[in-house]
Amino acid sequence: MLHLILFSVFGLVCVGGAVNLLLQRHPINSALSLVVVMGALAVEFLLLGAEFVAAIQVIVYAGAVMVLFVFVIMLLNAGEEERTSGSRVAWLLGIPAVLAGMVIVCWALLARSNAGVAAIGALPGHPADIAQLLFHQFLLPFEVTSVLVLIAIMGAVVLAARPESVERTKREG
Amino acid sequence: MPDNDFVRSYLPLLIHFLLAGALAGALVLLSWLIGYRKPTRAKMSPYECGMTPIGDARARFSVKFYMVAMLFILFDVEAVFLYPWAIILKDLKRMGQGLFGLSEMFVYIGIVLVGYWYIWKKGALDWGLTISSPQAARITRVTRSGGSSQEPEPELVGVAGKGGL
Amino acid sequence: MNITTFIIVSVIKTALVLFVLLTAVAYTVWLERKVVGHMQNRWGPTRVGPFGLLQPAADGIKFLFKEDLTPPHVYKPLYIAAPMLAVIFAVTSIAVIPFGNWFSVGNFRTPFQITDVNIGLLVVLGITSLGVYGVALSGWSSNSKYSLLGGLRASAQMVSYEIALGLSLVGVLILAGTFSLRGIVEAQAGHFWGFIPNWFIFRGGQFVAFFIYLTAAYAETNRIPFDLPEAETELVAGYHTEYSAMKFAMFFMAEYANMITVACLASLLFLGGWSGPLFGPSWLQQLLPLLWFFLRVFGFLFVYIWVRGTLPRFRYDQLMAFGWKFLLPLAIANLVVTALVVVLKP
Repeated sequence: MLHLILFSVFGLVCVGGAVNLLLQRHPINSALSLVVVMGALAVEFLLLGAEFVAAIQVIVYAGAVMVLFVFVIMLLNAGEEERTSGSRVAWLLGIPAVLAGMVIVCWALLARSNAGVAAIGALPGHPADIAQLLFHQFLLPFEVTSVLVLIAIMGAVVLAARPESVERTKREG
Repeated sequence: MPDNDFVRSYLPLLIHFLLAGALAGALVLLSWLIGYRKPTRAKMSPYECGMTPIGDARARFSVKFYMVAMLFILFDVEAVFLYPWAIILKDLKRMGQGLFGLSEMFVYIGIVLVGYWYIWKKGALDWGLTISSPQAARITRVTRSGGSSQEPEPELVGVAGKGGL
Repeated sequence: MNITTFIIVSVIKTALVLFVLLTAVAYTVWLERKVVGHMQNRWGPTRVGPFGLLQPAADGIKFLFKEDLTPPHVYKPLYIAAPMLAVIFAVTSIAVIPFGNWFSVGNFRTPFQITDVNIGLLVVLGITSLGVYGVALSGWSSNSKYSLLGGLRASAQMVSYEIALGLSLVGVLILAGTFSLRGIVEAQAGHFWGFIPNWFIFRGGQFVAFFIYLTAAYAETNRIPFDLPEAETELVAGYHTEYSAMKFAMFFMAEYANMITVACLASLLFLGGWSGPLFGPSWLQQLLPLLWFFLRVFGFLFVYIWVRGTLPRFRYDQLMAFGWKFLLPLAIANLVVTALVVVLKP
């Protein structure tokens, strides 16, 4: 019972944060709403028994990725969004489309799931279980991740260095 | 309920979080209620050592800060992969797969270290004047040669032209 | 125990721990002023109560009665939220930290800990990584040059040292094989060669990791020699320049609460937690571990203050270079060597 209440409450927090993200006009408020969504998602993972994933969700998404977002907003000195009068077609088509999409996703999930109930702990959620899976069954994806990190590191350097190299070519050429 | 133990191990954490929030809120509220308020124009202006503030605080900042945040994410992801590996390394050894466990992580660390070597060589980890922005090099040039130099010193152009940040 | 009793017990435990933590925060400030005073040939606080012991209470009351300014140039919602976030994240991670063994009166049995979770260490790391928001948002929302510079510096420094800090713990995790903080302490029980305790700093050879952890933690908590965010000679007070009254004090509470968390974690991970000689009647045997644990924490806090009284401040480029070019490779080398030793040792 308690479990169900907590799960629903944090589900609502999650959805509320996501809606707030869209409604807020200042980018920093939107970014912070996204932090709330990440945190609430972590609690949902936790309530599903995925302890390790929950912790990683907080450490990587709320604690690292969103810090970058906030940094960028601080650095770019991004102000409030300008409100444009959205086209009526977008409203008329968009909202029904979103609703339809949600119905399809829900239907697909409900139809395909075996409707079985799994107790917490029945599925791998404990850190050691995750580790065993990661370093045996999913070894190749894990190693490929390192290449991905390498590429991302290089990309970060190239991105951050670009304006200067442009300036240099202008100066030299 | 079978999952009761699990919920119970985390419920106190939630309670603690809520109590901490209540505490923080109470402190702010108390201070707002009790503290007196007598604003003056000088008190309400941004602190700038007694001078009248010049310009807006929202200036643009060095791309370095952005760079640090990006590199932080990447190395954080690396660290996150190391944690689960660390807690099962002894189990792997017990199962006779110790060397396998070592090698899979050493390949991973090795590849990430290549990236680390790259950012080091690119100067992404350097702060200060050696960051070789053209402007910084120009400033150094002027100060070093007493402000009279017309032709750039080759050594400093070398720094500026190395293509770092 | 049914769920209502459980919740009541949890609330009581949490309130108790928060009370002890805040008192400890107040008296760490007193200790710092006293110790630094004596190191600089001064007396420190002496007027309020014997040895100035009531000084923290006087300070607290003063902060409440001070003028609570909200300047018009700030971004108000975040300006008010930032100190609250700083305090909340600083005092939450104490929830998974064990202070001692079990406590039992009759049938009632509970650990000296709010809750023991499987991922205790990760919870602490996660909450610490959120602490950066309080600093970054206070700097940004204040809309003042010093605040913004301080906030930026602080957040860049905190994220940089978080990596070295995280990697320095991998060696301990390899040796302990669990994320549970209680489990990590239990893995350090016993002695080797007859008298040296099995603490990871000795037996696992984690003294390099210990050094990295302490250094990175000093930077995480923005303490001297890494207190550039509030370098008063350049930035006035850094990210909390525009704050007054209790909101200003809350940043200090957060800083000292973080120091205490760091001290607790260092004791648990490297110095065997609450292990120590047990003797006397059974009630004393239950309470002695608490004493041994608090002694360690006190030792770490004293070192914090000692370092503050001794070392000068880094320059910003030195600080970044030290974190990225020295501590990070050292932490990776430490974990590689630890893994090699653990696997290859017969």
